[in-house]
Amino acid sequence: MALPVEHEALTKAFSGFGVNEKLFISELGRWHSEQRKVFRKRSEQFFIEDERGFERWDHHHVALLEREFLRFKTTLVLWTMHPWERDAGLANEALINGPQSYGVLIEIACTRSSEELLGARRAYHSLFDLSIEEDVASQVDGPERKLLVALVSAYRYEGPSVKEEVAKAEAKILYNAIKNGVSKKPSEDDEVVRILSTRSKLHLKTLFHYYKEISGHNIVVDFDVDMYLKQTVECMYAPQTYFSQVLDAALRDDADEAAKRALIRVIVTRAEVDMKEIKEVYCKLYGVSLSETIEAKAHGNFKDFLLALVEKGQSD
Amino acid sequence: MATIVAPLQHSPVEDAEVIRKACEGWGTNEKALISVLAHRYPHQRMEIRKAYQDRYREDLIKRLESELSGDFERALYRWILDPADRDAVLANVALKNGKVDYRVIIEVSCTRTPEEFLAVKRAYMARYKHSLEEDVACHTTGDLRKLLVALVGVYRYDGDEINAKLAASEAEILHHAIKENEFNHEEIVRIVSTRSKTQLLATINRYKDNHDTSITKTLAGNRENVLVDSLRAAIRCITDKQKYFEKVLRNALNKSGTDEDDLTRVIVTRAEKDLRQIKDLYYKRNSVPLEQAVAKETHGHYEEFLLALLGN
Repeated sequence: MALPVEHEALTKAFSGFGVNEKLFISELGRWHSEQRKVFRKRSEQFFIEDERGFERWDHHHVALLEREFLRFKTTLVLWTMHPWERDAGLANEALINGPQSYGVLIEIACTRSSEELLGARRAYHSLFDLSIEEDVASQVDGPERKLLVALVSAYRYEGPSVKEEVAKAEAKILYNAIKNGVSKKPSEDDEVVRILSTRSKLHLKTLFHYYKEISGHNIVVDFDVDMYLKQTVECMYAPQTYFSQVLDAALRDDADEAAKRALIRVIVTRAEVDMKEIKEVYCKLYGVSLSETIEAKAHGNFKDFLLALVEKGQSD
Repeated sequence: MATIVAPLQHSPVEDAEVIRKACEGWGTNEKALISVLAHRYPHQRMEIRKAYQDRYREDLIKRLESELSGDFERALYRWILDPADRDAVLANVALKNGKVDYRVIIEVSCTRTPEEFLAVKRAYMARYKHSLEEDVACHTTGDLRKLLVALVGVYRYDGDEINAKLAASEAEILHHAIKENEFNHEEIVRIVSTRSKTQLLATINRYKDNHDTSITKTLAGNRENVLVDSLRAAIRCITDKQKYFEKVLRNALNKSGTDEDDLTRVIVTRAEKDLRQIKDLYYKRNSVPLEQAVAKETHGHYEEFLLALLGN
């Protein structure tokens, strides 16, 4: 006879990320029909009592289960994929998903190097027979279009040369744009978009430093008024903080599917870039290690694979 | 097709020697310079530069800059550069000379292929330690900036696919925007600056089918409006660049006091590409061969150099 404790373990194995294949094999695989019937009767969240005298799988839960089984495959495919194809696919997916996913466009445009972003744009041509800028320009409707098109079109200088006076002057421009934020939305301010989408990252680092001198605050704090600008600035000023926050949101119990998908995206795309730094920041922010949290929330092969990627930084 | 006449084989070392000899002593033997440099393809010119550097421990370009002056020097300097580097220099000059010469920016960004233009952007960064986008952005303002930054930032899809339905709908968007005098309309800039060249051509053709007149004619009325003029130039550069270049040449030569900048730029940048077709168009349109018009309006070594590039 099946025991309630095992039911509980199984129920838990259906939640969170991925599936606990070993548990299913060792438990469900052993049960005979009477035990499975008891399981169905006791698991109201998975099975509905049908009027014609049997317990019917709740289709919504079957779909959820399918999705959790898929996570390992998705991670594997994404991990083995060329980074250009990966970024192009992620960008396209974000575009299709609509405004709640536009942050992924900003993430890709701002955290990749100039050549990586260019590569993604090439791959986009191959995959979709369109340029990413034409797709973003024609699909995005709202005022954020200007910023998004500018960011995905960027091919920034990556050398060491920075003009301090220009950075200082432009810090002032950004500061004023925020101050006037009530009358004119900063993300629609041409100067703000120009500076954030064309200047080199080194120039922007210098600019952020001057900004703090002028405003007394970190620019991320001041740009809080505008979601897209805030994220743009976060990605360029403190990408590891940004990624830690995304991971935290993905690993929460109340995370929705969009937030959950970010777990795979961030780990796969940063595993060989700055995962070590992200882990440090995550720990500082949330008081627990990323690996521990993944261990608690994910199951089975998916969990093992993620942990392997997360731990990759260790031996470097 | 190209108009320059160049041998398939050459000896970079011998060429370098000829050039050296032409620069030695009093004065310069410009004829000798022209006889070599005007008759070499880009990769050959690069080899000559290298051979000259190796042999004489001097940058050939710097040497020529000190030996020559005026229109001839400017033309030869532009000619000798590698094409991507040349375009980068042209773009930079267009931005830094007080009043932005937006036509040059449009020409460079719209008549080169996406890959060629990418090479231009890389060359620009290597030379000026800034991206072309950031320089265009901070030297322009308002609606013109919007268009130019978009044209310079785009990395167009270069496939042959045409979406006919899209062409139809975007032709209508353009029609509507122009009718309403909304030239700064974000949609016009979006379509012209992001769509692939093939798709844009299909859209322009559809516009012509629907409205019995070409979009550039509809935009022609407003010459003083810089944005409208730019849009027209961009569309013409993308959809029929040889015709566009013919017009630039015609205007440059017809002006009282020829516009040498425009003349040099078009001849130098197209001599290895499609100057032959442009020459044909010029003859058809003006009833005189381009060489004749150039000979009439220019003189000295500058004239000789241009004629050499034209295939003489």
